[in-house]
Order: sequence, then structure tokens, then C-alpha cells
Amino acid sequence: MTVSRLPVDPQGVYALWVRDVTRFVRTPSQVVGALLTPLLFLVFLGTGFSGAAIPGIPEGVDYLQYIVPGIVGFTLLFGASFAGLAILADRDVGFLKEILVAPVSRTSIVLGRVAGGSTTALVQSLLILLLSVPLGFEVRRPLLAPLALVVLGLLAVTFVGFGIALASQFRDSQGFGILVQFAILPLFFLSGALYPLDQLPAAVRYLGLLNPLTYGVDALRGVLVGTSTYPLAVDFGALVVGAVVMVAAGAALFERVEAA
Amino acid sequence: MAAISVDGLRREFGDTVAVDDLSFAVEEGELFGLLGPNGAGKSTLIGMCCTLVRPTAGTAAVNGHDIRTERDAVRGSIGVVFQEPALDEELTGVENLVFHARLYGLPRARRRERVAEVLELVDLADVAGDTVDTYSGGMKRRLEIARGFLHEPAVLFLDEPTLGLDAGTRRDTWDYIRALNDRGVTVVMTTHYMEEADALCDRVAIVDGGSVVALDSPARLKAGLGGDVVAVGTVGDTAALADHLRGVGWVTGVEVTTDGLSVTVDDGARRVADVVRLADEAGVTVTSVDRRAPSLETVFLDLTGREVRTGGDSGLAEPAAVGGPGDEGWGAPGASSPDGGK
Repeated sequence: MTVSRLPVDPQGVYALWVRDVTRFVRTPSQVVGALLTPLLFLVFLGTGFSGAAIPGIPEGVDYLQYIVPGIVGFTLLFGASFAGLAILADRDVGFLKEILVAPVSRTSIVLGRVAGGSTTALVQSLLILLLSVPLGFEVRRPLLAPLALVVLGLLAVTFVGFGIALASQFRDSQGFGILVQFAILPLFFLSGALYPLDQLPAAVRYLGLLNPLTYGVDALRGVLVGTSTYPLAVDFGALVVGAVVMVAAGAALFERVEAA
Repeated sequence: MAAISVDGLRREFGDTVAVDDLSFAVEEGELFGLLGPNGAGKSTLIGMCCTLVRPTAGTAAVNGHDIRTERDAVRGSIGVVFQEPALDEELTGVENLVFHARLYGLPRARRRERVAEVLELVDLADVAGDTVDTYSGGMKRRLEIARGFLHEPAVLFLDEPTLGLDAGTRRDTWDYIRALNDRGVTVVMTTHYMEEADALCDRVAIVDGGSVVALDSPARLKAGLGGDVVAVGTVGDTAALADHLRGVGWVTGVEVTTDGLSVTVDDGARRVADVVRLADEAGVTVTSVDRRAPSLETVFLDLTGREVRTGGDSGLAEPAAVGGPGDEGWGAPGASSPDGGK
């Protein structure tokens, strides 16, 4: 048996990705379940506040148009949090040992998980984007739409990396589940997904500037709706940095996970 | 070269010493057993040999690779079947195997070949396309054994491979383990079932309190007790017969029991007839004969002064041990402790 000397083992990464995708496709109830909350936000906030004058929203942009990128980002956050949970669920049922005893580097395992988790989160967020169209969302700049995929991909990688880094610190899925519940909403509210960040007190606003979701939502708005707070280059730069930092953190922290 | 050589291996968990300065070697091609009660340190020892648990002191070489400094090389050369199930139940049998084959870097063609081969070997080809959650406990265990062997490891570790299986399934599992060993794989298995170690293993290390208290073939371990016991029921002058037998060279011990004699002899199978003949010559009528070979159970008792808990009661005796008599081995989260819960 030859042992890979590379820090990354492509076949191992692929194996983990296939597994995640297979499980995702096989459990439609989970896919639908993960879409329900974002869909509720979209329908009730998007229609309820439709036509309302929300301070800070650019002229001529309907509230639904404004929040669809935010809700899509939220869906991604929601979906990505499951990747961290998946590591702990694997530990709960003993499958983590099967992965850890294999001759693949920890980095490969993290990359495989990032690939799998990002793919499923990406599919979920795209489904929400598609569902928003019959609700009245219009893509103003169709030619830039492919860029939205890039934004969503970067966001997915960032938050799956974050989820893995966080999950590495927990021994069981229950404690992690509670923490994630607590973490998701502040990340969502501090991202400019539902209202512009300038409306928040200064201290909180700075927190929002540290949130990768802020740049993701802003970039999505720029690409899909044609209005953004920051230049797209800034958004993309922040997203790339966030993705790299989070995956590196995930890999570093997962390195220390013991099988027990 | 020894398949495994363990050198002063030690692991502490807090104040507890799970494995206490162990040294021994496993030869290539051997079916080697680690026998001992729950909490003796067997699982911790296996955990260290497959690089999942880091030793506090000492080291071991597996297939010539050091478990501390060459972890990747060790992992590439071994197969492991853990005490707790480690299957993805949402995937099918084949999908579990393919996942494994990819992690171990098997090329596509070889992968297909091997997956079909091992499924055939453990008689799961018919259900290979079903998700694992539809499998019985025995089928899951067979799939895990097949998976451990899939990438043709030089050494296969089996941690309590028959825990929680019923008697029939357990015997079938023994056959699969033998079949693997016959193909040249060195097998190291832990068990707390005496009869399992006796039936399967070429050599057995009896582990107690983190130390190896004896290491030899089951036959020699039993022979160390002084031989078989022949119990004869007698009518007549039993005391005179006892005196006579004590003077015979191949008799190592004689005890008078309520209904006759208990005679310890070198080679029970051959000596039963002699015991009966001597009784006859002494004018004593033999009403019953019972030969009892010493078991590993009596060996363990002799070595440690305690009995090993056997049978299907492990789940009750050890809260952290997975399962119990049932097939469903998903234990409490605590069960994932590497030492099987010491």
C-alpha cells in the first residue's frame, strides 16, 4: 500500500465530497426542512414590508429586492452550519474513527468536508434564489449572475470552515447545536441582510464589518440587484480572505481532534 | 520481521494507567488474541497501535513503522474494525466500501475488483445495494470486517469483533476471521470471551490491569495448569485406589470427592482408559467418567485469582461498553472512549 506524501489527497477529498452529496440527495426531507425558515423570512418580510420606507435603502429598490440577497446568504449560513454538525454526528455514531484511521491527512479531511458542505449549502441557497423569482424578485443584471455563484461559493467555504473549526472544540453534537443556534441569528442580523448596517449603533456596526456575511450579502446585491454599499472588489477581497482564514482555522483546529 | 513489536508502551488517562509498560511481539501471519476483562486496557492498546491514541511513554512498530513518528505509514498498512460500529448507515454496503477504498487510495479498477471480492467473502453481495440501516447486527459486523480487509492491509485489528452478536452469528464471524487469516493477513483481535480466544487464536496474551500476565498458545497456557482432570464416580474402596494412583507417574494430583475421585493427569484423552483399568484392578467399580480439559477461563482464574466476566452481560457489567446482548450497538456517546470505558 502506498501512502500519500502529499498534504492533500485528492481521492480522499473526493470520497468525502461524494459521501456528503449522496447523503444530501438521499434525504429530501432535510433539504426541504433547511429551506423552510429562510422561505418564511422571505415571504413574510418580503411581502409584509413591501413598499415600506426603510431608511437607508437606495431609491427605486423594492424591499423584496433588497432582502433576497440577504435571505440567500442566510440560507447558506444555515446550510453550512450542518457541516460542523456532520462531524460531530459522525463522532456520535462512531464513523469519525473510520475517517481518522485512514491514511489521509487531516487537511484532506477538512477540505473534503468543506467541499461537501459547501456544495449542499450552495444548492440550498440557489433553491431559495430560484424560489424568490416567482415571489417577484428580478435579476437586474443577468450577465453578472454567474458571479453570484462565486460569491455564494466563497461564503459557503467560509462558513463551513467556521463550522468545522467550531465543531473541533466540541465532543458532542448537543452543545454544538445550541451554540450554532445562538450564533446564526447575530451573524444574520449583523450582516446588512435585512437593513443597512448604518442604521445600527456604531459599536455594533463595527462588529458587522468583521462579519464575512456582510460582504457576501453586499456582493450579491451588487451582482444581482445592481446596488452595493462597498465596491465589489472590496467585497470579493474580504470574502477571499475570510474563506482562506476560516479553512485554515478549521484545518488547524481539526488537526488536534482525537478519535476518542 | 515481527508484524508488531510493542516496546514499553504506556498510556495514562488522568490518574488511571490504562496500559502499563507493555512489551511483546506479534509474528507475521499470526492470529493473535488479546484476552482480558473489560477495562483491562486492550482497546487502548489497539488504539495506540493504529495511531488513534497517543502513548504516554514507550512505542511500538507496526509493519516496521513507528506509531509515534510514522503515523501515516502505519495507517496505510493496517485495517481496523472498531468495537463500536463505524458505518455510515445512510449509505449502502457498496457505498461504504467504495468510500473506504477511495480513502485508502485504491485505483478505480482495483477498487471494483476488491469490493466485489470482499462482499463475496462475507456473503453480502446480495444486499450490497441496500442501505446499511436495513442490515442486522451480524451483517453490519461482516461488512466492517470486509471493509477492514478491503485495502489488503498487512495487519488487521479487530476490537471485540463478536461483541453483542448471538452465538450462531458469532461462530460465522469466527469463520470469516479464519478465512482472512488463511489468506496471510496478520490478525490481532481483542476479546473478553475465553472460548473465542481458545477457538481462534494461535497465541493469546492475557491482559489484566494494563499488563500482560501470560502469553502463549492456548494449548500451552492450558497445559501450564498441569493437565486434564478426570473425574470418576466410584463404588468400593476409593481411598485405596487414591493411594495407588498417587504412586503412578503420569498422575499429577488426586482428590477424593463426594462420589469418587478427581484425578489430574498429563494427557486426559489417553489416560481415561488407564484410570478405569487401574480402578478395575483395585476392585473398584467405576460408575461414571468425565474428562475436563482446562479452559482459558481456569488459566485466567489461576493467573489473576479472578474470573473474567463472560457471556452476553458485558453491557450490564460495564456501563461504557457498547451494546449488550442485542444487535443494536449504538451505545451512549461515552462508549467512544478508546479503552472501551475503563
